[in-house]
Amino acid sequence: MKTKAIIEKIAHIIFLISAVVAIFAVGAITIFMFIKGTPAFKSIGFLDLLFKSEWAPTATNPTYGIAYIILSSIVATFSAIIISIPIGLLTAVYIAEMANNKLGEIVRTAVELLAAIPSVIYGLLGIMILNPLMYKLERLIFINNPNHQFTGGSNLLSAIIVLALMILPTIVSVSVSSLNAVSDKLRSASLALGASKIQSIFSVVIPAAKSGILTGAVLGIGRALGEAMAINMVAGGVVNFPLPFNSIRTLTTQLVSEIAYSSGLHRQVLFTVGLILYLFIMFVNFCLLKVRKKEED
Amino acid sequence: MKRKLIDNTVQALIYLCTILSVLILAGIIIYIFVKGLPYVSLSFLTSVTSPLKGTKGIAGNIVNTLMIIIMTMLMATPIGIGGAIYLNEYASNKKLVGIIEYATETLSGIPSIIFGLFGMVFFNETLGLGYSLLSGCFTLTLMVLPLLIRNTQEALKTVPESYRTGAIGLGSGKWHMIRTILIPSALPGIITGAILAVGRIVGESAALLFTAGSAKILPKTLMGFLEKPFYSGGTLTVQMYLSATSEADFNTAFGIALVLLIIVLLINYATKLLSKRFDVNRGTN
Repeated sequence: MKTKAIIEKIAHIIFLISAVVAIFAVGAITIFMFIKGTPAFKSIGFLDLLFKSEWAPTATNPTYGIAYIILSSIVATFSAIIISIPIGLLTAVYIAEMANNKLGEIVRTAVELLAAIPSVIYGLLGIMILNPLMYKLERLIFINNPNHQFTGGSNLLSAIIVLALMILPTIVSVSVSSLNAVSDKLRSASLALGASKIQSIFSVVIPAAKSGILTGAVLGIGRALGEAMAINMVAGGVVNFPLPFNSIRTLTTQLVSEIAYSSGLHRQVLFTVGLILYLFIMFVNFCLLKVRKKEED
Repeated sequence: MKRKLIDNTVQALIYLCTILSVLILAGIIIYIFVKGLPYVSLSFLTSVTSPLKGTKGIAGNIVNTLMIIIMTMLMATPIGIGGAIYLNEYASNKKLVGIIEYATETLSGIPSIIFGLFGMVFFNETLGLGYSLLSGCFTLTLMVLPLLIRNTQEALKTVPESYRTGAIGLGSGKWHMIRTILIPSALPGIITGAILAVGRIVGESAALLFTAGSAKILPKTLMGFLEKPFYSGGTLTVQMYLSATSEADFNTAFGIALVLLIIVLLINYATKLLSKRFDVNRGTN
């Protein structure tokens, strides 16, 4: 009887320890990001670091301005989201409202597979298909422009397209579940009032599923901000103002391409880049929490 | 008349977007198969790329990937299941549950590059593991933990309350009840979570590049295999990234892409099968 009680106690404690691992992990990562990411603010100066745009860490007179890097991340993420939301939402409408079981299942599986494909594969396809296409377009547009620096197609546009594709599954699957959660009563009431099916979907069902769709968008933003390998492969590697045909560096690709060989102050600044990414992600998580709470109410 | 026109246009747009999503996937699969198939052969799968011998192969990367999957799952699965059991069966303190769930949620939102950065500094440098499979495994354990916890939790929630009260009523201890009733009943859900976690590990690259490194050699002796966790090793995805960028060896990249794609398809098929069985089981309860 006594050993049994001891075993119960031990089981309880082991389960408790397993459960708090997540708290320790988040705590450790947060503390580490701050410890590693803040010194560069002191050594370079808060404003110089954040608002200067010139990035030349290996020059004899090195400069570390990460304004364009931050801006590129933001521009790429929001452009991708703007492309992805309409396509994803309409695909979700098809799956949830229009398809028969079999076709809906096929589309749903296709979307799930898109989500499961490793990001390096998207990167490879971007290099092989998207970049040559962009290069053609680039030559067409800038043929008479001596100021344009040709990128071979590794540019912001390629990054946006790859990102849009990568976040599409998130938006579709979250939207499908929120559309499915809308009560059928609303649909029949709207149809009975004489609205067509399409009208019911767009003026009744989608508004009712609004906060769920918003959740999908926020999740998509988080994914796009954090994606590293695929964009690093297709977006080129020059710190630039984010214009469509410029090679760019985002917060993530800056880390992927430079952290391995960096040292000293350069490395400190890269950790600051990581910290900024982390803060963005924390903000997105916070928004997610707010949106979800609203959804539950 | 006008309404009909709008309806039709919108409907056409819906079909267009849906077809686009499906066609993109079909295009990706066909493209990878066409480009990758010529390079995938027995020798590609069983030899190691060596300019000296003139061989090209990914055997080392396959072994590294398998080792990372096995070691990570050995660490992450017990913690994930244990954590979920605590949250669902033990925790009485609502506040603590809230904090743990928030932490899990946050963890699942952290991008893999941040995990890579953290792993590089904490496991490689602070703990002195260096670029090693072990360091990669620790990093990935943190990364897949939320997936395992959430899936196990969902599975536990579907186990009817009567099973618990029944077992306890018959005089079973809580731990005994969990071991003999809860875990077996929740097993399909737990396995689904585990398979999804394996999928995540197979596809991961950013977190591994800075923790596990990129070595592609295959250990030659048994001792070599046993010591491998302490040495650097690149998985299939990491090698594919390097092949497609710095090494500019696109044939190898496409070969690996095909291997990865097949693994992904198999994993997806397995989870579909399981969730179907799971649903059937639930229906009969």
